[in-house]
Formats: sequence, C-alpha cells, structure tokens
Amino acid sequence: MTNKAYEPGVKLYSELGYYDPDYRPADTDVLCCFRVTPQPGVPPHEAAAAVAAESSTGTWTVVWSDLLTDLEKYRARCYHLEEVPGQENQYFAFVAYPLDLFEEGSLPNLTSSIVGNVFGFKAVRALRLEDMRIPPVYVKTFQGPPHGIQVERDKLNKYGRPLLGCTIKPKLGLSAKNYGRMVYEALAGGLDFTKDDENINSQPFMRWRDRYLFVMEAVKKAEAETGEAKGHYLNVTAPTMEEIYERAEFAKELGSRIIMVDFLTVGFAAHASLSKWCRKNGILLHLHRAMHAVIDRQKNHGIHWRVLAKWARLVGGDHVHNGTVVGKLEADRQATIGVNDLLRENFIPADPTRGIFFDQDWASLPGMFPVASGGIHVWHMPDLVTIFGDDAVLQFGGGTLGHPWGNRAGATANRVALEAIIQARNEGRNIIAEGRQILERAARWSPELRVAMETWKEVRFEFEAVDTLDLARSGD
Amino acid sequence: MKTITRTETFSYLPPFTEEEVEKQIEYILRNGWMPIIEYTDRPGPDNHYWRLWKLPLFTAKSPAEVMAELRACREANPDCYIKLIGYDPKRQLPAISFVAYRPTEGAA
Repeated sequence: MTNKAYEPGVKLYSELGYYDPDYRPADTDVLCCFRVTPQPGVPPHEAAAAVAAESSTGTWTVVWSDLLTDLEKYRARCYHLEEVPGQENQYFAFVAYPLDLFEEGSLPNLTSSIVGNVFGFKAVRALRLEDMRIPPVYVKTFQGPPHGIQVERDKLNKYGRPLLGCTIKPKLGLSAKNYGRMVYEALAGGLDFTKDDENINSQPFMRWRDRYLFVMEAVKKAEAETGEAKGHYLNVTAPTMEEIYERAEFAKELGSRIIMVDFLTVGFAAHASLSKWCRKNGILLHLHRAMHAVIDRQKNHGIHWRVLAKWARLVGGDHVHNGTVVGKLEADRQATIGVNDLLRENFIPADPTRGIFFDQDWASLPGMFPVASGGIHVWHMPDLVTIFGDDAVLQFGGGTLGHPWGNRAGATANRVALEAIIQARNEGRNIIAEGRQILERAARWSPELRVAMETWKEVRFEFEAVDTLDLARSGD
Repeated sequence: MKTITRTETFSYLPPFTEEEVEKQIEYILRNGWMPIIEYTDRPGPDNHYWRLWKLPLFTAKSPAEVMAELRACREANPDCYIKLIGYDPKRQLPAISFVAYRPTEGAA
C-alpha cells in the first residue's frame, strides 16, 4: 500500500470523511441524533460533518500526526441528514461513533466527547442532542440502578400501585425537629415516602446530622404505627465526595431505606460513585434533577431530557424525576410518556411520535421509577395513573401539606384517591371518563378526600409546553 | 399481639366485599397472571415471607375457584391476614397484591 502524503491546511470536514451518507452504522456504534442549526452560509451537510468531526477525531486543521493512525477506524460520521419538519434552517443529523472512542463505564468520558467543545463550535448557530442509542455492548460496561424497580418493590413489600411521596415544605427554613414532625405526619397518614427538597443540604437553620436524627425517628414511628414500610429521601448532596459518603454512611447507620442526590449538580462521577455505594450498602437511591431545565428546555440548543434520563439510568438511580404532564412543570405529554418507557422497559423501539429516534436495548439493565412531582393534587389522580401506570412515584408536595387539616389528612386523601382509582381501573372501568364519579364516591366515606377535592377543585396549569416535539422519522 | 392498622395496597379503602374481591380476581385472570394465596398472623414492613396456602393456583380459570381457596384458607386460619397476589412470572413480581381478609373480630 502507498502512504498518503501530508497535505497541511484547512479542509472541509465533509471532504475528510465526516459526512458519509453511504455509511451503515455498526451494532456497536453509539448513535446520536443532533438538531443542527447551521450558521448562515454553512451548508447543512458541512455543519453536520463539523459536529461529527469536533465530537470525535477532528480539529480545525489537518495535522501531520493524523497520518500516524487509521482515522477511518476512529472517525465519527454523519450518516443521515434530514430537515426538521416545520422549522426553518434546522436539520436532524444522525451521527455514528465507533465504540473505541469511549472508556468503559465512564459517563464523564462519553459526555466530554459527544457534548463537549462541539456545542460552542462556530459553524453551528445552535445544536441540540435529541437522542442517543447506547449499544448493548457499551451498556454492559455499566451496572445501572443500584436496585431497580423489581428489587425496590420486593424490599418495600409494595405492589400493584404507584408509590406515593411528598416533598417537605417550606423548602428552606424549618428546624430539624419541626421538619421531622412534617415527615412523621405525612408518612403516618399513608404516604410511602417523604423527600428532602433539592436545596436542603446542611444550612445553619438545620444541619444535616440533626435532620437525619429527627427524620429517622419520624420514619420509624410511622412504620410502627401503620405496619407499612416508609422512607424519607435523605439528601446527601454535599460540597465534596468525602462529605457525601459521610452523610450516606450516617443515613445507613440510622436504618434509612433510601437516600437522594442531585445527580446533575454533584457531577456524573460523584453520582456514579454514590450509585455504586448504594448497591454495596443496600440503600435505595433517589435522583433529583436540579439544573436539567438549563440544559434541556430550549428546543434548538442543549440536550434533550430523554438523553439525560438515559444517562441517569446508565449510571444508576432507583428513582428519577420526570415530567408530570398535568402539573406545574414543563413537559410535552408524548415525550414524557416516551421517557417513562426509556426509564422502565428493557427494549424501547424507535417511535418518532414520542421523540424516540433509535431503538434502545438496555440488555437487562434494571429499570427505574419515574417520579412525577410538581403542582399535582387528588384531582389529577386518574390522569396520573393513566399516564404513568403502576411503576412510578407520584409526589404530592403542596397537594399533601396544603390540605386544610394538615399533612396527615392530606396524605390520607392522596392514598384513598389512589387506591380508589386503582381498584376501579382493575375492575375494568374507564378512569378518565368516570374519574370524577369514582373520586366523589370515595369522598362520601373519606372526609379527608372530600376536603382535598373541595380545596383544589379549580386549580389548573394550562400553558403550552416550550419543548414540543417536531415529528420526524426514525434514524435507523 | 399489636394491631396492624394498614397492610399496603387497598388498605385505605373499606374492606372489600366478596364481589369486589372477585372483580380483582377477574383482573388477575384477564391479564394471565398467577393467583397466589398467602397468610400470616404477623404482617409488617419487613415480613417478606408469609405462609403459602398450597401452591400457586397455576391453572385457575375462574374467580370461583380462587374464591373457594380463599375461603378455605380463611376457615383454616381465622386469626390470620390473607393476601391475594396476581403474580407475573415474566417480571418476577406480583402485579397486584392485597389483603383480601383481615382476622375475624377480636382475633387481632
């Protein structure tokens, strides 16, 4: 064979092999769908090639050491390009990355490559990672959720219904003892879980150690009173990994069944370490997702939540927040349902109507509970059960604590509403059409539910979602 | 023995009538799940193994068959909580599980 000559200078990425419509992705490739908005004057295939190049082997100029290796083997390629329906100057670029580009079991490595420098690259005006196919060979280098849905249900003895939770409010400012009171009332009233809010860490008004002690007394009391398993997501999010471990160890020492972390703000490596710690120590892990909307809300730039959710499952948590569709927080209905599947199922086929561009095979990685939270109350129960099914955690914060009789009654109202809807669903009734009737019938014997229904009768959050789907065909 | 106030799914609803239990059995059979009956006098958050009533009802076809076994279990164990499970072997999980009978008055 003849070696190539070194030809220094700047070449078009599309001429260097980064745009290759004839390329057929290998089963082992990591596949990405980007929404590319090229700068004026940059042809779409060149912008797409630039994305493939800058997120893999390319840089702005040819360098002599390119010739010391076989770049054919390592290069990412844009293998398919199409216009985004209904959007001007936006393209879905499908890019295949050879598996060799990534370190085994490292989300920091995967993300430094694929969502690294390229997002600030000048040839594109905006760039969004819409979906990522993680091939089973790469999935197998991760262990995923510390326990998963099946093990969590078995550990807690809770079957055949969504689990119920509540975030303790006010978010900030309660003393440890008052906070524990809120936990006790909500759990004894019938919820399965209560939760620290994301920004409850260890502030002057309530240091973490004091909170853990009072909260765990509350959890144990509620368990003894009801005979049911209870948990409070003790937030172990802390300034350093050492402090995260210290808090997790203390939670374990006190017999907590579950802890939580804010997986985006602590960073992917810290999340991975804690996930492994939880598996090793038999403690369930709840993932909060503060900062996600900074990354995923804008339609033309950033990373779609479905990709962040896939990463969360890959690195592992037993719960993660997902949109509610019906509450106060942003989410397109079909996209939210798609993410529920991506979190729970083993094989999820491409489905453009849900924004899923690729088949995803999780190779038996355990599933995780999506958590619906934010502005939901008893009237939403028929919708929530229909959208989420059984394998979800429904979290009523204001919808528990805002009950006129307090959180014990609020918790009971939610539990009664849930069980009445589940009973009716199992009996084959249409819980959407008959939802009101089912709840009103239960309210005849449950005064807690009746008062909750009167309190939240008129509350709706009817705004259009910002991040809606632009329907396109699948990429493979 | 300490009184247990709640027993997970459906324990916040009024006790089911026979007809209501039958409807849940229909749900189990309609989905192709396996009815299983378990009982204990010590329910609680960390009691994972209740006693099995016979073996899972692998071949049950009608709610009446399952109801007959529930009644037989109850007659033999009047002081026990009796749980009905619809087990899904594909997921290795109960798809539904609830206490169909609580101990007779005064026994708990």
